[in-house]
Amino acid sequence: MTGSGRTKTPKGILPRAAALKRGAWTLLAAGYVLLPLSAAASGNGDPARGEALFKACKSCHQVGADARNGVGPHLDGLFGRQAGVLEGFKYSSAMKKLGEEGLLWNASTLDAYLEKPRAYVPGTRMSYLGMRKSQDRTDVIAYLKALSQEAPASDPQADTQTRAEIGAAAMGLEGDPEYGEYLSSECVTCHQMSGRADGIPSIVGWPSQAFIRVLFEYKTNIRSHQVMQNMTTNLGNEEIAALAAYFGSLDPQ
Amino acid sequence: MPNISRRTFGLMMGAGASTLAMPYYARAQGKPRAVVIGGGAGGATAARYMAKDAGEDLDVTLIEANPQYTTCFFSNLYLGGYRSFDSITHGYDKLASNYGITVVNAFADTVDREAREVVMADGSRVPYDRLIVAPGIDLIYDSVPGYSEEVAEIMPHAWKAGPQTKLLKARLDAIENGQQVVMVAPPNPYRCPPGPYERVSMMAHLFKEKGYNDCKIVIIDPKPKFSKQGLFTEGWEKYYPGMIEWYGPDVHGGIASVDPQTGEVETDLDTFKGDLVNVIPAQKAGMIAASAGLANDSGFCPIDPASMRSQMDDNIFVIGDASIAGDMPKSGFSANSQAKVAAMAIRGELTGSKVFPAKYSNTCWSLIETNDGVKVGAQYAPSADKIASTNSFISQTGEDDALRQATYEESVGWYKGITTDIFGG
Repeated sequence: MTGSGRTKTPKGILPRAAALKRGAWTLLAAGYVLLPLSAAASGNGDPARGEALFKACKSCHQVGADARNGVGPHLDGLFGRQAGVLEGFKYSSAMKKLGEEGLLWNASTLDAYLEKPRAYVPGTRMSYLGMRKSQDRTDVIAYLKALSQEAPASDPQADTQTRAEIGAAAMGLEGDPEYGEYLSSECVTCHQMSGRADGIPSIVGWPSQAFIRVLFEYKTNIRSHQVMQNMTTNLGNEEIAALAAYFGSLDPQ
Repeated sequence: MPNISRRTFGLMMGAGASTLAMPYYARAQGKPRAVVIGGGAGGATAARYMAKDAGEDLDVTLIEANPQYTTCFFSNLYLGGYRSFDSITHGYDKLASNYGITVVNAFADTVDREAREVVMADGSRVPYDRLIVAPGIDLIYDSVPGYSEEVAEIMPHAWKAGPQTKLLKARLDAIENGQQVVMVAPPNPYRCPPGPYERVSMMAHLFKEKGYNDCKIVIIDPKPKFSKQGLFTEGWEKYYPGMIEWYGPDVHGGIASVDPQTGEVETDLDTFKGDLVNVIPAQKAGMIAASAGLANDSGFCPIDPASMRSQMDDNIFVIGDASIAGDMPKSGFSANSQAKVAAMAIRGELTGSKVFPAKYSNTCWSLIETNDGVKVGAQYAPSADKIASTNSFISQTGEDDALRQATYEESVGWYKGITTDIFGG
């Protein structure tokens, strides 16, 4: 999905007053960690700005009515949801445990998580390093909150476009997990087989399509990362599909 | 370093001639034996991959003299105060308990290639069907006139991580404002090409943090240029202006000698006096490479680029710093990568498992100052005569702060990843 498709949808942007009003109930669930009443918790965010900032998140997280799990869990209906409970997503055991212990997603818990994900949920599979500026977090949370409740229509056109860019042929390939296991030895020098992310993203248990798409984006320099661009240079469709099949078959510990 | 007398050694060699009379444990069991000498980034990885992938079909033994391994990579970050010594030190317990590897904690003296047995310092023998030799480097102390193993207690090299690293750290911590450190950099080929220059960055960081802005670090380099030179030079000017001076051979004209009594490094140009002198001498493959006849005149071991097999012996593979790996630098990452190729080849030969074409890769991260990391890396494939680079990258000068910080954080993640891949997790 591309960002430009959504900016034009009026449903995607909430009036500031409505966002403010919703700030109140999100506090109720803040039992997990008590934070000073930050801008995020008071609901003072700008969802339009948040939508722009969310571009950094959307390669892994979908939002909206038809959102599905990708590399990360979908974020529709996020507010008030217990952490680590979406059907069909392979969470880290750390995230599941915190959910069972009562972590609910609301403005304050999201604010703390987004600031330093690995400090807030040690062992999380999310490789995002954190959003330093408080106002940025507030705006993203405001955007998520707006989408979460208004549930805008999906944007199939944008989805099709992304797939076309990377070649439909590779997306349909069935990878050979044995070949993938051999190729994986090159990946696990940095990416841990356990699915832990200690400064290098977790690549374990991803949906195959997402894995293939990301590797193609590195290979075609749509994504910028020197090591990954270099690593994917010599990978063909068969190799990429094999890696997706192998890593997708693993469960994070 | 344990050793045996010449006489005992001779006796053992004699014993080796009558191997037919010796019980051949491995053969008797009918299970092929893979043995690895050296538990560093290459050797431990190879042992783990063979054991992990072959399971019950292969008997894997790892011979390593030290009970623990301190990684040379990230030891500069210990010098700079970013890491504890413990955090770069790893044990072999998981390789034994989780993968069923027999870990032999003793020094291997040589290899009886005829009998296919590793000869241990105590005279005992470890039979093998295939052997991986991964001894890392030995220092050629006398490549710098006046330098020796004894002098290294005064002028530490700290190029094999362990007590030397601690010694250099203690000496660095004792430097006072206005004092001078001199580094004698190594000639090619050597372990960790960007290492000396990352080390200098860490020294400067340490001094700057204490407000010791009058300290100086002088590098006397036998090479006309060095790894990541543009990136380091830019970083040194940015963070440590006036603190670091680098002299190549066209300036100093040659390193004549070092004097541990006076702390002087004499060159054709001038004599440089250091309150601390860090001498990193020339290097060769670890001792056993020569004693087993696996090294050539260069001091390192020629290999088949498609498998890491020794050119001297079909049953032996040499990986890591000890090997002549073409375009690959001597690094922990390279050794880890080569280990997987050798492990796959051996497993294929001994258990009949599928052998895929060799692929190699390397990335070297360096830290210049807090949150300012840079990297260089490449992928490699075997060509007819060497392991050749197929594509490569390097950090650019003038990159923004966020990218440099991300690169540093990535290097921390890599350390966790590769040490888990080497020692098991």
